Amino acid sequence: MIPITLTVNGERVSRHVEPRRHLIDFLRLDLGLTGSHAGCEHGVCGACTVRVDGEIVRGCLVPAASLDGAEVTTIEGLSDSGEVADLQAHFVARNAAQCGYCTPGMIMTAADILRHHPDATRAQIREHLSGNYCRCTGYHAIVDAVEATLAERAARRQEERR
Amino acid sequence: MNEITPASIGLSREDLPNSYIGRSVPRPNAAKLVQGRATYTDDVVLPRMLHAAFLRSPHAHARILSIETAGALATPGVVRVFTGRDIAAVCDPWVAVLDHLKGMKSAPQYPLPLERATWQGEPVVAVVAESRAAAEDGVAALRVEWEPLPAQTDMETALAPGAVVIHPELGDNLVFTRTAAAGDVEAAFAKAHKVVEATFVTARHTGVTLEPRSIIADYNRADGTLTVHHSTQAPHMMQGVFAKHLRLREADVRVICKDVGGSFGIKVHVYPDEVAVAAIARIMGRPIKFVADRFESFQSDIHARDHRIKARIAVDANGRILGFDVDDLTGIGPYSVYPRTSAIEGNQVVNLCGGPYDFQHYRCTTRVVLQNKTPTCQYRAVGHPIATAVTEGLVDMAAEALGMDPIAFRRLNLIRDDAYPRSSPSGMRFEGLSHHASLDKLLEMVPVERIRADQSAQRARGVYRGLGFASFIELTNPSPFMYGIGGARISAQDGATVRMDPDGSVVVASGVTEQGQGTEAILAQIVAHGVGVPVERVKVVTGDTQNTPYGGGTWACRGAGIGGEAALQSALALRAQILEVAGAMLQARPETLDVAMGEVVDRASGTPRLSLAELGRIVYFRGDTLPKDLARELVQTRHFITKEYPFAFTNGIQACWAEVDVETGMVKVLEHWCVEDCGRVINPLLVDEQVRGGIVQGLGGALYEHCVYDAEGNLLTTTMADYLVPMSAEMPDIHVGHVETPTRESLLGAKGAGEAGTAGAPAALMNAINDALRPFGARVTEQPFTPARILRALGRI
Repeated sequence: MIPITLTVNGERVSRHVEPRRHLIDFLRLDLGLTGSHAGCEHGVCGACTVRVDGEIVRGCLVPAASLDGAEVTTIEGLSDSGEVADLQAHFVARNAAQCGYCTPGMIMTAADILRHHPDATRAQIREHLSGNYCRCTGYHAIVDAVEATLAERAARRQEERR
Repeated sequence: MNEITPASIGLSREDLPNSYIGRSVPRPNAAKLVQGRATYTDDVVLPRMLHAAFLRSPHAHARILSIETAGALATPGVVRVFTGRDIAAVCDPWVAVLDHLKGMKSAPQYPLPLERATWQGEPVVAVVAESRAAAEDGVAALRVEWEPLPAQTDMETALAPGAVVIHPELGDNLVFTRTAAAGDVEAAFAKAHKVVEATFVTARHTGVTLEPRSIIADYNRADGTLTVHHSTQAPHMMQGVFAKHLRLREADVRVICKDVGGSFGIKVHVYPDEVAVAAIARIMGRPIKFVADRFESFQSDIHARDHRIKARIAVDANGRILGFDVDDLTGIGPYSVYPRTSAIEGNQVVNLCGGPYDFQHYRCTTRVVLQNKTPTCQYRAVGHPIATAVTEGLVDMAAEALGMDPIAFRRLNLIRDDAYPRSSPSGMRFEGLSHHASLDKLLEMVPVERIRADQSAQRARGVYRGLGFASFIELTNPSPFMYGIGGARISAQDGATVRMDPDGSVVVASGVTEQGQGTEAILAQIVAHGVGVPVERVKVVTGDTQNTPYGGGTWACRGAGIGGEAALQSALALRAQILEVAGAMLQARPETLDVAMGEVVDRASGTPRLSLAELGRIVYFRGDTLPKDLARELVQTRHFITKEYPFAFTNGIQACWAEVDVETGMVKVLEHWCVEDCGRVINPLLVDEQVRGGIVQGLGGALYEHCVYDAEGNLLTTTMADYLVPMSAEMPDIHVGHVETPTRESLLGAKGAGEAGTAGAPAALMNAINDALRPFGARVTEQPFTPARILRALGRI
């Protein structure tokens, strides 16, 4: 067992973890943060996408033991911070989530677009979301929701510049 | 009471604030999904819960010589190990046949096999431990001695002399065969102006629900009840299955289904590992959790659509279709899947080929054979994508042979919109369809002239694009004719209980279930509309056999049409009851009153008279002030079943615009359109998203998805890097339009919408690819349309 101390959604947590425990099992089983989902556990589907030290990662490919001192943000923390309240509202308004199993990971990846690619085109949004698998929606509404959020934020920035 | 008609409850007007039916109301349960606050089965943790993992057969067909469990039992965290015989002591096997599928046969299936494993991935031994990881350690420490046996893996040889007969007691590998025939096929084809034929292949697919199959079973020895938390489409059906095979009373089994992470038909079947988990809970008297990992999902979730179809079409000199002649062969697994059986898909092909068209002569045979591969069963749009690919592939080939435009050919042959009711040559009864109105609507949406001009211009530059069409029909709102008459305890009726609580809020409990398609949203809309309250005042309860009326759950596109109608009827009954009570309180005749936006109002003027909260206060706390003989039960239950038609057919048409790279064989879908007619649209937002999701599932199957086996029956596609599913970059924008032909079987008039997209998309894409390849005289009919197949068709490899 390996001792780790890290920050999860702004709270300091200390645990002893097995070397084979991946970040998603750590979040779900050790901390009870069930918003992050394990879809494939081999790094393809993106349902486990979380933020580690500011960058999105596949939680199923990250050993928890490697995260001593790290700062982790999950969908629960991202929601509570209000950082993506507008994006989430667009997801709800457009029904960009059906079963919702991919949605936390999809929101984490979409938040990454909002942070790093404020001018993304529709094609670029599709490309960036391509590591996140959704079996229900057909993606169209998800792309719409991200595009609408980007446009709204761009308009707000322009407004602020005036 | 006055007669209730669609108009009288505001179905054809939107002038009341609570006229919700037909509006794009956002789903009330969506907020928890986007915040990661839903509750899927794996999120549930119970005291003293243990975890199960399975040793699965590494062979397609092998005799189990011995099972050595000592190593597993010595593994830290492992509590117990169960073999097939341990489970069989408390659990009876099942045989998946239906009486109305004449001559159908299958073998008894145990949760864990006793003597032989018959597909690679079949669960053989269960290890129960304090964590899933420890259970997997235990599985790794098991020692099983196998005697590998020859495997039957090619459907084409399953019935040949010398084939490995998978279950010798059945005599051969033929599970089911059926032929539908009408008219005189031989004579019609003999005198036809043109006959064209082709062989179509549809690939073995699987559903890849992002949430894997999940179950927690908990047996309480004190009260003798089995409680099962289950990611399922059909809680009541599973209640019956667990009770029957674990020798319990149905009333002593409770199935609870919270949020479900996608189903698509995958989660409506009985899986041996899940029944084993329930049996283990029964034996151990404590909760047992099992969640399939992705490798297990690919090996053990049902597969589907493994068909080879030889088909031909006959047309006369005027371009009229004379008939279809179809021979379908499908390989299932080593067992028919319980309780729906694995013969339905082939049966659907027989029912559906040629479905949209007006013709006289028909012959279609299906043969369903056993193979040592993962069992197949019903998956989204059961049989429809196969029948539509065959029909629409032949229709395009016939149009080309006649030198006719594919739109003109369809226009000439689609059943007229005023020709209903009518029956198809295969015996399907259609109440009312709209093929021509749908085609008209599609042509308003698809810029055909601009696309054809672009196609010519691009060809001159060496870029090959194609436009493909596919008309389709879809079977929805099934009656007992689908399963019940065959002896399966699969309910075609469904119920809803609607009640008003003291604060004037409304709760609906329904037997249909939510898998993400928006069932709970439409139930809330329908009940808000029917009772007369704001939609946010309606709470919805689904997925609990102890707290919802008995129903079939979600399958065959029945949630809105069957469950929705039960909800509407019970909501209207509750409103009538509210008005009775309000009439007594207000000294007014009930028919002069109405309920709107949570208030009892004067029907003529709309003037508010009494809030529902005040009415609730009086009924629940001051019942002494009401007339003694006044019925004041503010709760009503109604059940609904279709009675006139075995199925409510829907229809539609899709168009696909795609580009084929003739150097690499890669296909890029540029744009896709669908017009569908699901009767009354309850929520356009949700219907559009059902259609889009269905189309992408269809396109995925046509382009990428394939459960690939080697000749020995080893599954080669067991990761998501091997079994490819569509991601957003490969998928196009999808435009959806509607025509509404409500069914007259119900007040609501809704038919199903969840499978239309998947039914038509592969055929539309196939026709688009072949339109693109036309200058080369090349054609593909074998799905998925991989680069290799396209390059082979082009003669480049």
